[in-house]
Amino acid sequence: MRARKFVAILACSGLSLWSAQVAVAQQDDSASAAELRAELEQLKLDYEQRLARLEARLAAMESAPAAPAPATGGSALSDKAFNPAISLILDGKYGHFSNAEGLRDLPGFQLGGESGSFNNGLILGESELNLQANVDDKFFAAATIAFESDGDESGAAVEEAYLQTLALPDGFAIKAGRFYSGIGYLNGIHSHGTGFADDPLPYRAFFNGRLADTGIQASWTAPTLLYAQFGVEALSGNSFPAAGAANSGVGTRTAFAKFGGDFNVSNSWLASLSYVDSNVSQRSSGGTAEESGIDPLFSGDSSSWIASLVWKWAPYGNPRDRNFRFTAEYLDRQEDGVLDLDGVTGTYSGDQSGYYLEGVYRFHPQWSAGLRYDTLDADNRVFGLGTPTVLDDNRETPKRLSAMVDFWNSEFSILRLQYNHDDSSLNRDRQWVLQYIMSMGAHGGHSF
Amino acid sequence: MRSLLLALVPLLTLASVPVHAAVEIFACEPEWAALADEIGGDKVSTFSATTAFQDAHFIQARPSLLARVRRADLVFCTGANLEIGWLPVLLRQAANAAVAPGSNGFLDASQSVRLLDVPTSADRAEGDIHPNGNPHFQLDPRNLPHIAATLTERLQRLDSGNAAYYDERLAAFNARWTKALANWSTKAENLAGMQVIVHHSAWVYLEDWLGIREVGQMEPKPGLPPTASHLAGLLDVVQTSDVKAFLRASYQNPKAASWLMDRTDIPDIVIPHTVGATDEASDLYAWFDDIINRLLEVNR
Repeated sequence: MRARKFVAILACSGLSLWSAQVAVAQQDDSASAAELRAELEQLKLDYEQRLARLEARLAAMESAPAAPAPATGGSALSDKAFNPAISLILDGKYGHFSNAEGLRDLPGFQLGGESGSFNNGLILGESELNLQANVDDKFFAAATIAFESDGDESGAAVEEAYLQTLALPDGFAIKAGRFYSGIGYLNGIHSHGTGFADDPLPYRAFFNGRLADTGIQASWTAPTLLYAQFGVEALSGNSFPAAGAANSGVGTRTAFAKFGGDFNVSNSWLASLSYVDSNVSQRSSGGTAEESGIDPLFSGDSSSWIASLVWKWAPYGNPRDRNFRFTAEYLDRQEDGVLDLDGVTGTYSGDQSGYYLEGVYRFHPQWSAGLRYDTLDADNRVFGLGTPTVLDDNRETPKRLSAMVDFWNSEFSILRLQYNHDDSSLNRDRQWVLQYIMSMGAHGGHSF
Repeated sequence: MRSLLLALVPLLTLASVPVHAAVEIFACEPEWAALADEIGGDKVSTFSATTAFQDAHFIQARPSLLARVRRADLVFCTGANLEIGWLPVLLRQAANAAVAPGSNGFLDASQSVRLLDVPTSADRAEGDIHPNGNPHFQLDPRNLPHIAATLTERLQRLDSGNAAYYDERLAAFNARWTKALANWSTKAENLAGMQVIVHHSAWVYLEDWLGIREVGQMEPKPGLPPTASHLAGLLDVVQTSDVKAFLRASYQNPKAASWLMDRTDIPDIVIPHTVGATDEASDLYAWFDDIINRLLEVNR
């Protein structure tokens, strides 16, 4: 009896154990089945998503316009596709001087050959031909050739002919050939690109218009949000204010630093500091000094500092309809050396400075008006020559006030009327000039 | 000695971990900065050279832009001579070899699309025309996926480590843009045949997409301001057609249309030409939404 109960209990527990095991096994099975099902679902979802993406891409490609036909560039035999950008700038002036016979000298300054930007009467200013292009992936080249026709004299002069690197790493660039020096602000702008018909007195006196010479320039632009560029130049020294390519043909050395940024969306600025150091060998004056025969040849050192500031305003950064720009440059020069006047020698120590302030306001898409004040100061000590020369400053302070208004039918044609209240030479002058500037061709953009 | 060497180990491991800085993108206009953000996500840092209130034809190549080009890994612009007045100057003066035209770091969007209004001759007597064709192709949303695809491929060349990420972003953009395009086409069905007069011919691509007819321009020739005789001629056009609106961009002077508006009852409306040109055009999708909404409002 007891044994039967025992067997029954054993059988029951065995049965329950067995059924539990089966249940667990079934649960395992169903668990793994569920897992499998879940995996399958996931796989389905994945493929559906990928299919959806592919379909979307296909739909986008089908609905968008057909891919563009490759640009057809004319005859396959033509070489014109790689022509440089060519532009020609024509400049003509009609000038009226109240004191046409007066001297154009600036007392205290030995000037270079440029007599000034305009004369009494109708003159054809310089016509400038400009060519520029990428030479290959590493070099860019540009040339500016000025054509002059001034009565009996006519000819062509190479104003610029240089190469510039495109692919130096880390913000470096090299320029070599003949180019406008990177000093100052106005020095880098061709005369037809300024706001006035003539150059400010400091540029005429210190650089005979522009410092342009043959040489090499190395510059570095910093990778900062504040624009910062630093440059140095080694130039031949053939061009004013140097002369004679002294110092083994590296007569002029320059260094400059430029900074710039935005005050806000409507106001931007550029400031620079530059230094020019020249060895001068027998520099003669041009113009009336040559004519009068009293032209001492200067040999020695000439060094200048230039501080420049530019501020430009354009409402919301749109300069086309209205804008204003203000430019101020201050130049300071020291010259030391000997003078040679037909065999008579003397010494010369010059302490000269000058500055100009100019503002130009475009008040209409086609009209602007400008005002400029420029002045010079010379404090020279000349000994030993015995005769007065152009370097005698006579305690005079050359100064001038200019006002202009110009009409721009488009970006490419300008008509300008300017009045100079000119007290710069020993003979006061009141000058009117009417100027036209016409640009044809691929006009490269202007820098700031 | 050993402790010094041990101290150097973490420094060396730092040195061997590639520093993954964001790709710096200099976009010429806000629409490309927005597109670059869509595709590049958090792997890129975008800067737009112009704002939505600036005329991209006439921008000063100023020092702040020079500094940005100097730092850029990718310059992404419209091309087709739109930026010819300032971009070449920037590229040449910024001394950044990585973004020179022709390199991987320079992306000209116009190469990915078909241009309209290609002139048969380039003569300035015809005004300041665009010799390669009309450059305002951002206004046809069907062009954006092509440009996005080129941008993605370029980003993958510049930043190959994140290639898969850019692919995903492109796919997501294409999916969303396709749906949006379908929506816009349906919504804008009634705009087909609508007549408008424009300030400057910047809307040809929008007109091509929606079937809108441009019956006059305020500029007698491109780039020249409207003259009295030309405006009188436009008044004739208005009186003999069913012009619904004068269209202008956010940077254009509303006064140009005031003479005509005084003599007609046609509204002068701003259509956003880029992202941000109106308050409603806050991103690429809202931009075209707003274009269609504004056109529908005047097309009653």
